Amino acid sequence: MSDKLVIAGKSYSSRLLVGTGKYKDFAETKAAVEASGAEIITIAIRRSNIGQNPNEPSLLEILPPSKYTLLPNTAGCYTAEDAVRTLRLARELLDGHTLVKLEVLGDPQSLYPNVIETIAAAKTLIAEGFQVMVYTSDDPIVAKQLEDIGCVAIMPLASLIGSGMGILNPWNLQLLIERVQVPVIVDAGVGTASDAAIAMELGCDGVLMNTAIAAAQQPVLMAGAMKKAVEAGREAYRAGRMPKKLYSASPSSPTAGIIGSPRS
Amino acid sequence: MKVITVSINGAPRQLPDSISVAALIEELGFSGKRIALERNGEIVPRSKFATQQLSDGDRLEVVVAVGGG
Repeated sequence: MSDKLVIAGKSYSSRLLVGTGKYKDFAETKAAVEASGAEIITIAIRRSNIGQNPNEPSLLEILPPSKYTLLPNTAGCYTAEDAVRTLRLARELLDGHTLVKLEVLGDPQSLYPNVIETIAAAKTLIAEGFQVMVYTSDDPIVAKQLEDIGCVAIMPLASLIGSGMGILNPWNLQLLIERVQVPVIVDAGVGTASDAAIAMELGCDGVLMNTAIAAAQQPVLMAGAMKKAVEAGREAYRAGRMPKKLYSASPSSPTAGIIGSPRS
Repeated sequence: MKVITVSINGAPRQLPDSISVAALIEELGFSGKRIALERNGEIVPRSKFATQQLSDGDRLEVVVAVGGG
């Protein structure tokens, strides 16, 4: 049975989205992305190095737009204006590509999102024809507003960016998932495979991560683990888990025919 | 020939007057590279690199794609 992730009308087989930062070199980036099975990968837009070797390979040669859906981000932006400027540059850089990841941060220490600036930027970008996947807090009311504005995916944090603290508030994520129709993708906070599985078991449509893979002792091995965790979590969600009970008077093995028991 | 000063990625640079964006890209070694350019806060499309002439005091941002989350 087909179980595709559909974002802005396009179908994806993988529900794991990965970032491309913090790797030791391009070879490791490429190997980790391949092991993750991700089809959507995030990139950042930065000033080019003026006067340095212009012949060094570029990220887009290692991870070509013909093979991956590139998701330019606005990491490091603290105002709606900077985020919008960055994504206009990204659209020009990627030949008119409109699918983007919007994030507007509120504070350099926590990297917590500034939802007021985020909403302002989302409105401008959508009016300019961008398809906006939006990083936000796990506030279900804000998420609904971002959906109403026209964002194509809501990407709440599970804990702070780069923290690896896992899914700290599953209840909020569940509230958010119930209220939003577009895909919900946990973005930020996943630390290890079980965190990704928990996010998917809650009913998230996907998980986006970078540091959990790049900062592992063996990033390529962890990328493979995350691929399996996302798939396992998704299947468990679709299968529907058994209800939790404190104890059960219903053992798994038959209660009849136990030796030494009176004949019935 | 009059020399003009522009800012490229925040650093000042002197250029001969009347240079085009395309000529600057060439001088910076970015010909054929995937870059995007903003001039005084506005995107300059690649199709206009050859026809846009730089002026004294222009603020340019030249960006590339890099790894990121």
